[in-house]
Amino acid sequence: MSNASFGRVRIAVPAPEMAGAVIQIRTLIAHPMESGFRADARGQRLPRNIIERFECWLDDTPVFGCDLQPGIAANPFIEFALRAERSGTLHFLWRDQHGNEHREQRNLAVPG
Amino acid sequence: MSHSRRQWLRMSGAAVTLLSIPLPAIATPAALAQAQAQAYGERPIRDGRITLTVPALAENGHSVALAVSVDSPMTERDHVQRIDVWAEKNPLPLIGRFELSPLSGSAAVRTRIRLADSQTLSAVATLSDGTLWRASAQTIVTLAACTDFLI
Repeated sequence: MSNASFGRVRIAVPAPEMAGAVIQIRTLIAHPMESGFRADARGQRLPRNIIERFECWLDDTPVFGCDLQPGIAANPFIEFALRAERSGTLHFLWRDQHGNEHREQRNLAVPG
Repeated sequence: MSHSRRQWLRMSGAAVTLLSIPLPAIATPAALAQAQAQAYGERPIRDGRITLTVPALAENGHSVALAVSVDSPMTERDHVQRIDVWAEKNPLPLIGRFELSPLSGSAAVRTRIRLADSQTLSAVATLSDGTLWRASAQTIVTLAACTDFLI
Protein backbone atom coordinates (compact mmCIF):
# COMPACT_ATOMS: atom_id res chain seq x y z
CA MET A 1 0.00 0.00 0.00
CA SER A 2 3.07 2.25 0.13
CA ASN A 3 2.50 3.88 -3.26
CA ALA A 4 -1.27 4.24 -2.84
CA SER A 5 -2.68 7.74 -3.17
CA PHE A 6 -6.03 7.16 -1.47
CA GLY A 7 -7.12 9.90 0.91
CA ARG A 8 -10.15 10.64 2.98
CA VAL A 9 -13.38 8.86 2.05
CA ARG A 10 -16.91 10.15 2.40
CA ILE A 11 -19.89 7.88 1.92
CA ALA A 12 -23.52 8.95 2.33
CA VAL A 13 -26.08 6.16 2.61
CA PRO A 14 -29.53 7.71 3.23
CA ALA A 15 -31.78 5.68 5.53
CA PRO A 16 -34.54 4.05 3.45
CA GLU A 17 -38.04 4.98 4.64
CA MET A 18 -39.43 1.56 3.86
CA ALA A 19 -38.47 -1.72 2.24
CA GLY A 20 -38.21 -1.30 -1.52
CA ALA A 21 -37.40 2.41 -1.37
CA VAL A 22 -34.76 3.55 -3.85
CA ILE A 23 -31.94 5.50 -2.24
CA GLN A 24 -29.11 7.43 -3.89
CA ILE A 25 -25.71 6.50 -2.43
CA ARG A 26 -23.00 9.14 -2.75
CA THR A 27 -19.28 8.33 -2.51
CA LEU A 28 -16.16 10.47 -2.69
CA ILE A 29 -12.53 9.50 -2.22
CA ALA A 30 -9.57 11.88 -2.16
CA HIS A 31 -7.22 10.92 -4.99
CA PRO A 32 -5.27 13.01 -7.57
CA MET A 33 -6.51 10.99 -10.60
CA GLU A 34 -3.34 12.13 -12.39
CA SER A 35 -4.34 11.77 -16.02
CA GLY A 36 -0.91 11.13 -17.58
CA PHE A 37 -1.56 13.99 -20.01
CA ARG A 38 -0.11 16.73 -17.81
CA ALA A 39 3.39 18.14 -17.47
CA ASP A 40 5.10 19.48 -14.37
CA ALA A 41 6.79 22.91 -14.22
CA ARG A 42 9.91 21.48 -15.90
CA GLY A 43 7.97 20.02 -18.80
CA GLN A 44 8.28 16.45 -17.58
CA ARG A 45 5.23 14.29 -18.14
CA LEU A 46 3.50 13.41 -14.88
CA PRO A 47 2.90 9.65 -14.91
CA ARG A 48 -0.66 8.42 -14.90
CA ASN A 49 -1.92 7.54 -11.44
CA ILE A 50 -5.63 6.83 -11.40
CA ILE A 51 -8.25 4.77 -9.65
CA GLU A 52 -9.44 2.30 -12.27
CA ARG A 53 -12.24 0.50 -10.49
CA PHE A 54 -15.01 1.20 -8.01
CA GLU A 55 -17.48 -1.41 -6.75
CA CYS A 56 -20.37 -1.55 -4.33
CA TRP A 57 -21.75 -4.84 -3.03
CA LEU A 58 -24.67 -5.58 -0.69
CA ASP A 59 -23.31 -8.55 1.28
CA ASP A 60 -22.27 -10.87 -1.58
CA THR A 61 -24.46 -9.33 -4.31
CA PRO A 62 -22.95 -6.79 -6.70
CA VAL A 63 -24.93 -3.54 -6.74
CA PHE A 64 -22.88 -1.20 -8.85
CA GLY A 65 -19.51 -1.03 -10.61
CA CYS A 66 -17.56 1.63 -12.43
CA ASP A 67 -14.48 1.60 -14.70
CA LEU A 68 -12.84 4.98 -14.25
CA GLN A 69 -10.73 6.63 -16.94
CA PRO A 70 -8.48 9.73 -16.70
CA GLY A 71 -11.55 11.73 -17.79
CA ILE A 72 -13.00 11.35 -14.28
CA ALA A 73 -12.16 14.41 -12.17
CA ALA A 74 -9.75 14.33 -9.22
CA ASN A 75 -11.25 13.11 -5.94
CA PRO A 76 -13.75 10.90 -7.77
CA PHE A 77 -17.36 11.47 -6.80
CA ILE A 78 -19.76 8.71 -7.77
CA GLU A 79 -23.46 8.63 -7.02
CA PHE A 80 -25.67 5.65 -7.83
CA ALA A 81 -29.00 4.16 -6.79
CA LEU A 82 -29.93 1.15 -4.69
CA ARG A 83 -33.33 -0.45 -4.14
CA ALA A 84 -33.22 -1.15 -0.41
CA GLU A 85 -35.16 -4.38 -0.02
CA ARG A 86 -33.27 -5.95 2.86
CA SER A 87 -30.84 -4.95 5.53
CA GLY A 88 -27.22 -5.90 5.13
CA THR A 89 -23.68 -4.67 4.89
CA LEU A 90 -22.65 -2.46 2.01
CA HIS A 91 -19.08 -3.06 0.86
CA PHE A 92 -17.26 -0.34 -1.07
CA LEU A 93 -14.03 -0.95 -2.98
CA TRP A 94 -11.68 1.38 -4.85
CA ARG A 95 -8.73 -0.12 -6.78
CA ASP A 96 -5.96 1.94 -8.39
CA GLN A 97 -3.93 1.06 -11.48
CA HIS A 98 -1.17 -0.45 -9.30
CA GLY A 99 -3.58 -2.87 -7.68
CA ASN A 100 -3.79 -1.04 -4.34
CA GLU A 101 -7.24 -1.29 -2.81
CA HIS A 102 -9.22 0.73 -0.32
CA ARG A 103 -12.29 -0.83 1.27
CA GLU A 104 -15.10 0.57 3.39
CA GLN A 105 -18.25 -0.87 4.93
CA ARG A 106 -21.54 0.72 5.89
CA ASN A 107 -24.66 -0.78 7.43
CA LEU A 108 -27.88 -0.68 5.50
CA ALA A 109 -30.86 -0.86 7.85
CA VAL A 110 -34.18 -1.40 6.10
CA PRO A 111 -37.32 -0.91 8.27
CA GLY A 112 -39.70 -3.83 8.75
CA MET B 1 36.07 13.97 -37.51
CA SER B 2 33.60 15.39 -39.98
CA HIS B 3 32.23 11.90 -40.47
CA SER B 4 31.46 11.42 -36.78
CA ARG B 5 30.03 14.94 -36.62
CA ARG B 6 27.69 14.07 -39.48
CA GLN B 7 26.72 10.86 -37.76
CA TRP B 8 26.00 12.74 -34.59
CA LEU B 9 23.89 15.27 -36.47
CA ARG B 10 21.98 12.48 -38.15
CA MET B 11 21.36 10.80 -34.81
CA SER B 12 20.25 13.98 -33.10
CA GLY B 13 18.01 14.70 -36.07
CA ALA B 14 16.40 11.30 -35.62
CA ALA B 15 15.97 12.00 -31.91
CA VAL B 16 14.27 15.31 -32.64
CA THR B 17 11.99 13.59 -35.12
CA LEU B 18 11.06 10.99 -32.50
CA LEU B 19 10.37 13.65 -29.90
CA SER B 20 8.24 15.72 -32.21
CA ILE B 21 5.80 12.94 -33.09
CA PRO B 22 2.58 14.58 -31.99
CA LEU B 23 0.89 13.03 -28.96
CA PRO B 24 -2.83 12.41 -29.24
CA ALA B 25 -3.62 15.41 -27.04
CA ILE B 26 -7.12 15.83 -28.37
CA ALA B 27 -9.21 13.01 -29.77
CA THR B 28 -11.24 13.64 -32.85
CA PRO B 29 -14.84 12.71 -33.64
CA ALA B 30 -13.27 10.04 -35.89
CA ALA B 31 -11.39 8.57 -32.90
CA LEU B 32 -14.67 8.55 -30.97
CA ALA B 33 -16.44 6.77 -33.81
CA GLN B 34 -13.65 4.19 -33.92
CA ALA B 35 -13.76 3.61 -30.14
CA GLN B 36 -17.55 3.25 -30.22
CA ALA B 37 -17.34 0.83 -33.16
CA GLN B 38 -14.97 -1.26 -31.05
CA ALA B 39 -17.32 -1.12 -28.06
CA TYR B 40 -20.61 -1.80 -29.86
CA GLY B 41 -19.69 -3.37 -33.18
CA GLU B 42 -22.39 -3.17 -35.81
CA ARG B 43 -25.27 -2.98 -33.33
CA PRO B 44 -27.59 -0.03 -33.98
CA ILE B 45 -27.70 2.75 -31.38
CA ARG B 46 -31.05 4.49 -31.04
CA ASP B 47 -31.62 7.99 -29.70
CA GLY B 48 -33.86 8.26 -26.66
CA ARG B 49 -34.65 6.79 -23.23
CA ILE B 50 -31.55 8.44 -21.73
CA THR B 51 -31.23 11.86 -20.15
CA LEU B 52 -27.72 13.28 -20.06
CA THR B 53 -27.33 16.45 -18.02
CA VAL B 54 -24.23 18.66 -18.04
CA PRO B 55 -24.04 22.41 -17.48
CA ALA B 56 -24.49 24.33 -20.76
CA LEU B 57 -21.59 26.50 -19.61
CA ALA B 58 -18.85 24.86 -17.53
CA GLU B 59 -16.51 27.37 -15.93
CA ASN B 60 -13.88 24.81 -14.94
CA GLY B 61 -13.09 21.91 -17.24
CA HIS B 62 -11.24 20.14 -14.41
CA SER B 63 -14.51 19.27 -12.70
CA VAL B 64 -17.84 19.25 -14.52
CA ALA B 65 -20.94 17.76 -12.91
CA LEU B 66 -22.53 15.06 -15.05
CA ALA B 67 -25.80 13.20 -14.50
CA VAL B 68 -27.18 10.31 -16.54
CA SER B 69 -30.49 8.59 -16.10
CA VAL B 70 -32.28 6.00 -18.17
CA ASP B 71 -36.01 5.40 -18.37
CA SER B 72 -36.12 1.77 -17.19
CA PRO B 73 -38.15 -0.26 -14.65
CA MET B 74 -34.87 -1.87 -13.46
CA THR B 75 -36.42 -5.31 -12.97
CA GLU B 76 -34.70 -8.66 -13.40
CA ARG B 77 -36.20 -8.95 -16.90
CA ASP B 78 -35.79 -5.37 -18.04
CA HIS B 79 -32.92 -3.29 -16.72
CA VAL B 80 -29.95 -1.19 -17.73
CA GLN B 81 -26.73 -3.18 -17.63
CA ARG B 82 -24.22 -0.52 -18.52
CA ILE B 83 -23.88 3.18 -19.22
CA ASP B 84 -20.80 4.48 -21.07
CA VAL B 85 -19.96 8.19 -21.15
CA TRP B 86 -18.05 9.50 -24.17
CA ALA B 87 -16.32 12.80 -24.96
CA GLU B 88 -15.40 13.56 -28.56
CA LYS B 89 -12.55 15.98 -27.82
CA ASN B 90 -10.84 14.57 -24.74
CA PRO B 91 -7.47 12.79 -25.13
CA LEU B 92 -9.33 9.55 -24.43
CA PRO B 93 -12.87 9.32 -25.81
CA LEU B 94 -14.18 7.05 -23.01
CA ILE B 95 -14.68 8.85 -19.70
CA GLY B 96 -16.26 6.14 -17.62
CA ARG B 97 -18.26 2.94 -17.75
CA PHE B 98 -20.99 2.34 -15.15
CA GLU B 99 -22.41 -1.13 -14.45
CA LEU B 100 -25.91 -1.34 -13.04
CA SER B 101 -28.06 -4.21 -11.81
CA PRO B 102 -31.70 -4.92 -10.93
CA LEU B 103 -30.68 -4.04 -7.35
CA SER B 104 -30.00 -0.49 -8.57
CA GLY B 105 -33.74 0.20 -8.57
CA SER B 106 -33.20 3.32 -10.62
CA ALA B 107 -30.82 3.90 -13.52
CA ALA B 108 -29.43 7.20 -12.26
CA VAL B 109 -25.72 7.96 -11.99
CA ARG B 110 -23.87 11.16 -11.20
CA THR B 111 -20.15 11.96 -11.27
CA ARG B 112 -17.69 14.75 -12.06
CA ILE B 113 -15.61 14.70 -15.22
CA ARG B 114 -12.76 16.51 -16.97
CA LEU B 115 -13.29 18.28 -20.28
CA ALA B 116 -10.39 19.30 -22.51
CA ASP B 117 -12.54 21.55 -24.68
CA SER B 118 -16.06 22.70 -25.47
CA GLN B 119 -17.70 19.70 -27.05
CA THR B 120 -20.57 17.28 -27.40
CA LEU B 121 -20.81 14.54 -24.76
CA SER B 122 -22.76 11.37 -25.23
CA ALA B 123 -23.97 8.53 -23.05
CA VAL B 124 -24.77 5.08 -24.41
CA ALA B 125 -26.84 2.62 -22.36
CA THR B 126 -26.83 -1.14 -22.89
CA LEU B 127 -30.14 -2.68 -21.82
CA SER B 128 -30.70 -6.26 -20.68
CA ASP B 129 -32.48 -7.00 -23.99
CA GLY B 130 -29.28 -6.04 -25.81
CA THR B 131 -30.55 -2.77 -27.28
CA LEU B 132 -28.39 0.35 -27.22
CA TRP B 133 -29.65 3.85 -26.50
CA ARG B 134 -27.88 7.18 -26.75
CA ALA B 135 -28.25 10.75 -25.56
CA SER B 136 -26.01 13.73 -26.31
CA ALA B 137 -25.43 17.08 -24.67
CA GLN B 138 -23.30 20.05 -25.56
CA THR B 139 -21.23 22.03 -23.11
CA ILE B 140 -19.06 25.11 -23.46
CA VAL B 141 -15.91 25.02 -21.32
CA THR B 142 -14.41 28.35 -20.23
CA LEU B 143 -11.26 27.00 -18.55
CA ALA B 144 -10.32 23.80 -20.35
CA ALA B 145 -8.60 20.96 -18.54
CA CYS B 146 -6.20 20.87 -21.51
CA THR B 147 -4.44 24.10 -20.54
CA ASP B 148 -1.81 22.01 -18.78
CA PHE B 149 -1.97 18.97 -21.05
CA LEU B 150 1.19 18.02 -22.92
CA ILE B 151 0.81 18.86 -26.59
